[in-house]
Amino acid sequence: MSTTRAERLVNLVLCLLSTRQFLSAERIRGIVPGYSDALSDEAFYRMFERDKTELRDLGVPLETGRTGSFETTDGYRIARRDYELGDIDLEPDEAAAVALAARLWDSPQFTGAAHGALIKLRAAGVDVDQDVRAAVEPKVRTSEPAFPSLLAAVQAGQVVEFDYRRLPATDVATRTIEPWGVVARRGRWYLVGHDRDRNAARCFRLSRVVGQVRTVGKPGVVERPADVDLLSFVATTQNDPAPASPTRLWVAKGRAQGLRRRANVVGEQLVDGELGDLVEIELRFPDSAARWIAGFGPDVLVIEPEVLAKSVRERLLGALRSQRGAEVGS
Amino acid sequence: MSASSERVPRLLALVPYLLARPGIPLREVAEDFEVPEKQLRKDLELLWMCGLPGYGPGDLIDLSFEGDTVTVGFDAGMSRPLRLTAAEATSLLVALRALSDTPGMLDAEAVQRAVAKIEAAVGQAQPAGVTVGLAIREAPETAQVRDSLQDGVRRERALRLRYYTPSRDEITDRVVDPLRMLLVEGYSYLEAWCRQADGVRLFRLDRIDEVEVLEERAAPPPHARLTDTSEGLFQPDPSQRIAVLVVEPDARWVSEYYPVEDVIELGRGRARVMMRYTDLSWMARLTLGLGGDVRVEHPAELADEVVRQATEALRRVEHLPAT
Repeated sequence: MSTTRAERLVNLVLCLLSTRQFLSAERIRGIVPGYSDALSDEAFYRMFERDKTELRDLGVPLETGRTGSFETTDGYRIARRDYELGDIDLEPDEAAAVALAARLWDSPQFTGAAHGALIKLRAAGVDVDQDVRAAVEPKVRTSEPAFPSLLAAVQAGQVVEFDYRRLPATDVATRTIEPWGVVARRGRWYLVGHDRDRNAARCFRLSRVVGQVRTVGKPGVVERPADVDLLSFVATTQNDPAPASPTRLWVAKGRAQGLRRRANVVGEQLVDGELGDLVEIELRFPDSAARWIAGFGPDVLVIEPEVLAKSVRERLLGALRSQRGAEVGS
Repeated sequence: MSASSERVPRLLALVPYLLARPGIPLREVAEDFEVPEKQLRKDLELLWMCGLPGYGPGDLIDLSFEGDTVTVGFDAGMSRPLRLTAAEATSLLVALRALSDTPGMLDAEAVQRAVAKIEAAVGQAQPAGVTVGLAIREAPETAQVRDSLQDGVRRERALRLRYYTPSRDEITDRVVDPLRMLLVEGYSYLEAWCRQADGVRLFRLDRIDEVEVLEERAAPPPHARLTDTSEGLFQPDPSQRIAVLVVEPDARWVSEYYPVEDVIELGRGRARVMMRYTDLSWMARLTLGLGGDVRVEHPAELADEVVRQATEALRRVEHLPAT
């Protein structure tokens, strides 16, 4: 069944490419092999509609127009200039880049499409060697559950509504967004768009979308501002670390290797009978430094700054409180 | 996708493809189209029956077979491939643009040229709405490490690495046979055969402290297999133990940052998180660092370890001489 259908579709494409006149459905029925199998008019039209839909889904530009100056019936043809891929000629290093790009995706939405693009480029005479070795092999996944529906909404220009959890987390809140684009940055996916309730551009992490994404209203209503660079927009919403502040720590001998990698030993000191190194370290991520240091427990103590020493102490007390479920004196 | 929605695009691409490569072996065609040779033969038999209205001998697509090769004699007007669909153009162009700012990409300039040429050829099917930035935040030391690693990969040399393993908080020296460099979910990795572990391992670049490119040739064993990245780099390992943590809103990021088995909402942003771990000391560092934002429900030995270390740390800090 599908063999004859595939054959009929290829013949239909060849027939419509070869005509300058618009051909009526009846004409096509008489010419293209396979349609004569239809036993009734109704069966033929059903078959023909299905074929037209399939060709359009594949990206074949079917044109409709009057079959003649004095005719009232519509007909079909394919304009060669709209059908054919433009001339393309890639140098070997460019073709290598294309091969690498085509295998970048680990994504149900893009892997197949990238392969389809590659086949067409090869059919245009470009040699793309799939096994080309790359200096770096980047891989991008689109595994967030919200990804397919948000991508579809962006591409359809349709408003969306979803429940979203901010961090630090509170209860989820429903957001209504005119989506402009989905953006991957440093391995995470974001949606950028106009937030209707806040009347401002906002950025949302896909991993914090809770449940289903719902579309609101008709497609084609979202207008994305032309001057917005989505990637820079996401970048500006994320704080890069503040400049490093000088920090002095005591580190027990032979312990806390992860911290020692980043530190300079400047001396030795005995604390409560335990020998340790005095180290200086530049903390690249001051916001998470207290968590990092507290994690080493008795192996790392903060000498200065005082503010860091205090927040490490608070974390340790907090750990005791929550584990014992009771207040511990400070 | 139905069978015909994959087959028809292939059929439409085959004739121009063969036209550009007279006398190509069927095996190569099958490889390029990623179909079995048997399926390819069926496709070619079908195309042979297709052609222009009239459908006489001079109207049909003409293919001639010689040995295991094929050549197009008459293309019935199908000399060029169909243009790219919006989805195809998007997947390729977004990926190409992403490549151009990949750290360590040696030929960003070739990528730019390829983008320009493909944009020109695809015409109106421009991608919209998807952007991928692959640039990552990294220290200058990491860029140096990458240069040495790439040199080793290119010249196929064994490498001596000084590597930090966070799960054991330990730095070790090891000799590896490099396979490739990867960039996945915001981190750069070297994938290599590790002679100590006797297996393929991923080494995160920001955890490599030293690289020495050895004179010895890289010789990964033939059974060394590259990691399949399609399901993510870290697969749940049933041999690992499970910790059950109740996290407060401020610690909710843990369930995004680390692979977790399950998350149960407790309301107001609190959640119960089931997380796998290999090493108790690593898990204790994580929970201790989170302070009052997490409570260990299971296992008891983890809860005890957290209490023991917190108590000991608070006691010891009292003995620190005043500055």
